[in-house]
Amino acid sequence: MIPQDWIWGTVGGLMIGAAAGLYLLVNGRILGASGILGGLVDGTGRDSMVERLAFLFGTLAVPPLLVPLYDKVDTRITSNPVVIIAAGLLVGIGTRLANGCTSGHGVCGISRLAPRGIAATALYLFAGAVSVLLFRQILGVI
Amino acid sequence: MTGFRLSGHAGPREIVAFATGAIFGSGLLVSGMIDTRKVQGWLDFFGDWDPTLAFVLGGAVLPMVFVWRIAERRRVSVLGTPIPSRTPPKLDRALVIGSLMFGVGWGLAGLCPGPALASFAIGGWGGALFFLAMVSGMVMAPTVAGWLSSRTTS
Repeated sequence: MIPQDWIWGTVGGLMIGAAAGLYLLVNGRILGASGILGGLVDGTGRDSMVERLAFLFGTLAVPPLLVPLYDKVDTRITSNPVVIIAAGLLVGIGTRLANGCTSGHGVCGISRLAPRGIAATALYLFAGAVSVLLFRQILGVI
Repeated sequence: MTGFRLSGHAGPREIVAFATGAIFGSGLLVSGMIDTRKVQGWLDFFGDWDPTLAFVLGGAVLPMVFVWRIAERRRVSVLGTPIPSRTPPKLDRALVIGSLMFGVGWGLAGLCPGPALASFAIGGWGGALFFLAMVSGMVMAPTVAGWLSSRTTS
């Protein structure tokens, strides 16, 4: 990691926090990516459908406009479709069961000192570290 | 027809939601968190550990600490929606199992829901396949939750 990564990491993090703050103070909503999307997928968020769609549209459509500012933007995602499908299913089921992901439980929960948010974050960080240890360091599949 | 209905609903709430998504997604791009290898590097405590994500999380939590203070004092948002109340500090089975499942998937691909959305247009077929699998998982989640709760009661 180069020191510049810390600076851009902090700048990007402040932007994420500013977005979460705007959504909470103006709309009275928690910025949770899995909750906003999941409520559309399973129909539980029908009353706020347009608000959710507007959020998703901003998240999907605006970042690509910044890509020309960089030399190269690459997600460097694995090319193994089995790994991708397994990971996607686990993230989809897991975040809905837990009622939150890195943004809802992590950013919004930790900053409120919410016990469920702190516990969820500790658990998914732990599981993520075990996952990388197992699949990268021991089995070598990722 | 749907388009007409949707445009009829676009008010301040939807404009703020769009702006929120735009800033959120751009923040994810700027921070480097759409790079799956950087995320996996943060989780790789026994390999070449990359602390960038700690700066991202710290940067995001910091303004929110102050925002929560204001929000809880106001109790109602600018557009009149009540500020979400605190959920009881109950660590149920769904929270524990769900968070563990999410963590395993997060480590496997290096993507969580936010970056999966923000990088959708630039993530190629791999990003699209992840998104499809994640949405499928979200469709399956209520069924899985049903299994979990039926086990608890029996």
